[in-house]
Amino acid sequence: MISTAHVLVLSLALFTLGVVGMAVRRNFITVLMCVELILNAANLNFIAFSRQLGDLTGQVFAVFVITIAAAEAAIGLGIIVALVRLKQTVNLDQVNVMEG
Amino acid sequence: MKDLLWLIPLFPLLGAAVNGLVGNRRGWSRRTTSAVALTGSGLALAAALAAIADWAASVGTAAVHVNRVFTWIPAGFGHTTDGLLANLTIDFALRIDALSAVMLFFVTFVGFLIHVYSVGYMHGEGERPYARYFAYLNLFMFAMLTLVLGANLAVMFVGWEGVGLCSYLLIGFFFEKDWCASAGKKAFIVNRIGDFGFLLAIFWTVKVFGTVDFAALQAAIESDPARFAAAATPIALLLFVGAVGKSAQLPLYVWLPDAMAGPTPVSALIHAATMVTAGVYMVARTNFIFRLSPTAMLVVAVVGGLTAVFAATIGLAQNDIKKVLAYSTVSQLGYMFLAAGAGAFSAGMFHVFTHAFFKACLFLGAGSVIHACSGNQDMRTMGGLKKHMPTTYWTFLVATLALAGVPPLAGFFSKDEILAKVFAAGSGDLYGFGTVYLLLWALGLAGAFMTAFYMFRLVHTTFHGEFRGTHEQAHHLHESPKSMTVPLQILAAGSIAAGFLGMGMFGPKLNWFEGLLHPVAAPVEIEGHHVGVGVEWLLIALSVGVALSGIWLATRWYFGPEAFARPQRFAERFPGLVTTVANKYYVDEAYDATVVAGTMKLARGSWEFDARVVDGAVNGARHLTVATSFFSGLFDLNVVDGLVNLVAAAYGWASRGLRRVQWGVAQGYALVMTVGFVLMVAAALWLGR
Amino acid sequence: MTWFLVHFAEIVFYSLAAVALAGAVGVIAFRSPVHAALSLLGTFLAVAGVFVLMQAEFLAAVQVLVYAGGVMVLFLFVIMLVKARDIPDEPQYVRRLVPAAVGLGALLAALVGVGIWAASGGLPADGAALRMVAGAPLGNTEAVGWSLYRDYLLPFEVVSIVLLVAMIGAIVMGRKESGRGGAA
Repeated sequence: MISTAHVLVLSLALFTLGVVGMAVRRNFITVLMCVELILNAANLNFIAFSRQLGDLTGQVFAVFVITIAAAEAAIGLGIIVALVRLKQTVNLDQVNVMEG
Repeated sequence: MKDLLWLIPLFPLLGAAVNGLVGNRRGWSRRTTSAVALTGSGLALAAALAAIADWAASVGTAAVHVNRVFTWIPAGFGHTTDGLLANLTIDFALRIDALSAVMLFFVTFVGFLIHVYSVGYMHGEGERPYARYFAYLNLFMFAMLTLVLGANLAVMFVGWEGVGLCSYLLIGFFFEKDWCASAGKKAFIVNRIGDFGFLLAIFWTVKVFGTVDFAALQAAIESDPARFAAAATPIALLLFVGAVGKSAQLPLYVWLPDAMAGPTPVSALIHAATMVTAGVYMVARTNFIFRLSPTAMLVVAVVGGLTAVFAATIGLAQNDIKKVLAYSTVSQLGYMFLAAGAGAFSAGMFHVFTHAFFKACLFLGAGSVIHACSGNQDMRTMGGLKKHMPTTYWTFLVATLALAGVPPLAGFFSKDEILAKVFAAGSGDLYGFGTVYLLLWALGLAGAFMTAFYMFRLVHTTFHGEFRGTHEQAHHLHESPKSMTVPLQILAAGSIAAGFLGMGMFGPKLNWFEGLLHPVAAPVEIEGHHVGVGVEWLLIALSVGVALSGIWLATRWYFGPEAFARPQRFAERFPGLVTTVANKYYVDEAYDATVVAGTMKLARGSWEFDARVVDGAVNGARHLTVATSFFSGLFDLNVVDGLVNLVAAAYGWASRGLRRVQWGVAQGYALVMTVGFVLMVAAALWLGR
Repeated sequence: MTWFLVHFAEIVFYSLAAVALAGAVGVIAFRSPVHAALSLLGTFLAVAGVFVLMQAEFLAAVQVLVYAGGVMVLFLFVIMLVKARDIPDEPQYVRRLVPAAVGLGALLAALVGVGIWAASGGLPADGAALRMVAGAPLGNTEAVGWSLYRDYLLPFEVVSIVLLVAMIGAIVMGRKESGRGGAA
C-alpha cells in the first residue's frame, strides 16, 4: 500500500519543478508546459486525498482541473501564435512593453 | 403535462423574445414574424389543453394541482399581527384548478384566434412595427398566463403588472400619434392607482397571515374564520381597488374607452376578453377573503351594479363603433362584479367566460368593418355594410344577440344567471342588505334593456340602410381576408355554444359550470333560502322580455325608412340630457379639472417655490461666495498651491522607486506570487503548530 | 521473490515517480522545445500510472486521452508552427531570475515537505467507496459519472461554457488578420 504521503511528496516535487521551470525558462511554450506540470501536481493531490478520504469529490474536481488545463493550453497557445505573428519571438523576456 | 405548467407561459415568452429582440432588429419578413408569433401562442394553446386534460383525467376537476417551479423570495422569519412567528417563503408556483383552468382555456383559445386575426389585420404595417406588434402580443399572452396560473398573490402580481405593461405598450402602439401615446399613458397611470391598492393588499396579507399562497391563505381562514374577520375587510377592499383599476370600474373606468386607440385586435384581446376580466378573476380567486367581509361584498356589488348601468347609458349615445363596444365592456364587467358581490362567484366567472367569446367576436367584427372603411370608425358615415361583408355581418349579429341576452345564445344564460343570483340575494336578505341587492337587481335589469338597445343601434346604423360615406370609401368596401373571417366564425360559434355549459338548473341543483367551480369558488349560501321554480321562470321571462323590448325600440328608431327621425326628435326634446350622455357625463373633464389640474397646480407651485425661494437662496449664497472667495484666493495661492506642489513632488519621488516593481518580466511577477505563496505556507505551518 | 510480490505496488510507484520526475526535469533542461514536449509526455503517462495506483482508473484514461493525446498534439503543432522563427542559439534561461527561482523553489519544497512530514496522515481508505454507485459496488467510471452528472451537474455545465469561451478565444487570437483589417 502506497501511503498518501508518498504521493504528496511526488506531487510536491513536480510542483516545485514546475514553478522553477516556469520562472526560469525564456521560451513561452516551455513555460506553458511547466504550468501543465503544476496542474498535474495539483491533480495528484486531489486523487491522493480522494483515496485517503474515500470521497469521489476529489476525482470529480480533478476532471474539472483537466478541463481547465485544456482550456488554458488552447488559450496560451493561441497567445503564442499571436505573439509570434506580432513580435517574431517566443521569448517572454522580449515581451516587455509594460516595463515601467 | 399538469406538472409542466411553466411551459404554457414560456412558449409565448420565447415568441416575444425572438420577435422582439431578433426579428424587430433584423426586419424579418411578415411571414416569418407571423410564423414565430403563431407558433408561440399556438403551442401555448396546445400545452394548455394538454395540461387541462391531464389535470382533469389524473387528479379530477375538483382537485387543486400546484407546481413549485423554484423558490423565489425566501424572506425568512417574522412576526404576524397576532405575534405568531411565520416563515415567509414565496415560491414561484403555478396552480391549476377549476378556476384557472377555465381562464387558461379561453385565454389561450381566444388569444390564439386573435393572433390569427392580427395576421390579416396588421398586414398593412411595416415590417418592424409588425414584429414589434407581435412581440408585444406574445408578451401579453405570457403575462396573462402567469397571472392566471399564479399560485400565490405575488406571482399573480407579476402577471398583473405584466399585462398592464403590455396594455400600455399596445394602446400606444401608434405612438407617433400624440393622442395614442396619451391614451397609453392614461391607461398606465390609472391602472397604477389600482395596482397600488393590490400591492398594499399583498403587504397586509403578509402581515396578517404570514403567507401569500392561495391554498395556505384559504386553509388559515377556514380553520379559524373569526380570527381573521377583522383583517378581511381592509384586505378585500384593497384587493378590490386593484380589481377596479384593472377591470375599469367606477371611478377608475376612464382609461378603457381611451384604450381603443390601440389596434382593434388588441382591444378585442386585452380590453374585452382577457386582461380586463383579471379583476373579476382575482376577486373569484380570493373569494375566501371576500366572503368573510359583508362590507367588502356589498361594496363590490354596488360598484359593479352602478358601473353596469352608468357605462350602459354612456354607450347609448356614442358614435364611434369601438367606443360603444368599450362602454359595453365596462358595463358587462360591472355585471360580473355585481354577481361576485352577491356571492355568486361562479356566475360572475361564467359571464367572464361567455363574454370573452361574444365581445372578442364583436371587437374583431368592428375591426373588420374599420378595415373595410379604411380606418373610419364613425358609425354615422357607415351603413348598408351587410351586402358588402356578409360574413362579418352574420357573425356580428350572432354576437350582438348573445350580448343582448337573447336565448339560447351564450349571453342569455350568463346574464340571466347573474340577475337571478342577485335577485336571490335580495329576496334572501343576504348579509342583511336585502333591499340594496333588490335595488341592484332592478338596475341590472335596466342595464340589460340598454345593452340590447345600444347594440342594435350599432348593428342598424352600421350594417343596415344605405351607405353614408364618401364615394371612394364606397368603392373600397370589401369583405376581409380569410385569416380575419375564420376567427370571427369560430368566435361566433363559441358565442352560440358557450352558454350551454351553464344552462340553468332550477332550485338548489348546480349547473355544469357551477359544479365545476364549486370546489374553488362556491357561492355564498343564503341559509334556508331558495327562489321557487315559478319565480325563476318569471325572472327568465322578464330578462328575455327586457332584451326583446330593447331590440324592438332600437329597431323602431334606427331601422327602415323612418330611421334616425325619432332619435332626432328625442334629442330636440331633451337637449341637455343627450349632450350630457354623449359627453360621457363630463367625467373626463371633471378629472381634468380636479385631479389633473390639481397635479399641475402642485407642479406649478413647486416650480414657483423653486424659482423664488430656492433660487433666491442660491443667489444670496452667490454674493456671499464672491466675497469670501477673494480672501480664500489669497490663501489658495500661497498655502494650498504649496501643499499641492508638495504632494506632486512626493508622488514623483515615490513613483521613481515604485516603477521598478513593474519591470516587464512576466515570469518575475510569477515569482513574486510564489513568494506570497511561500509566506502563506509558512504562516499555515506556524499557526498549525 | 516474496519481497518482490509484497512490495510490488511500491516498486511500480517508485518507478513511475522516477519517470515523472525525470520528465519534469527534462522539461526544464532540454534546449529544444520538441524534446521538452516529449519529456512532458513521459511525465503525463507516469502520472496516469500513479492515478491507476490511486484507484482512479477513469481519470487515468482521461489523463492519457486529454493530456497525452490532445494537449500534447496541440503543443507539438504550435512548436512546428513557430519553429522557423525560433533561433536555437539563444540562451534558454532568464539569467537574472535563476537564483531567485531556485532559492524560492527550495524554500517552498522544504516548507511543504515539513508540513507533509508533520501531518500525522491516517491510513488511506481502501478505495472501495470510489467505485460505489448508489450503495452498490460498480466501476470507478460509473461512480465518477454518477457524481459528475448528479451532484455536480451545474459546475459541469459551467466548465463546458468555460471551454467554449476558451475555444472562441483561441480562434479569435489565432486569426490571420486583426478585426480592423490591418495586415498582421
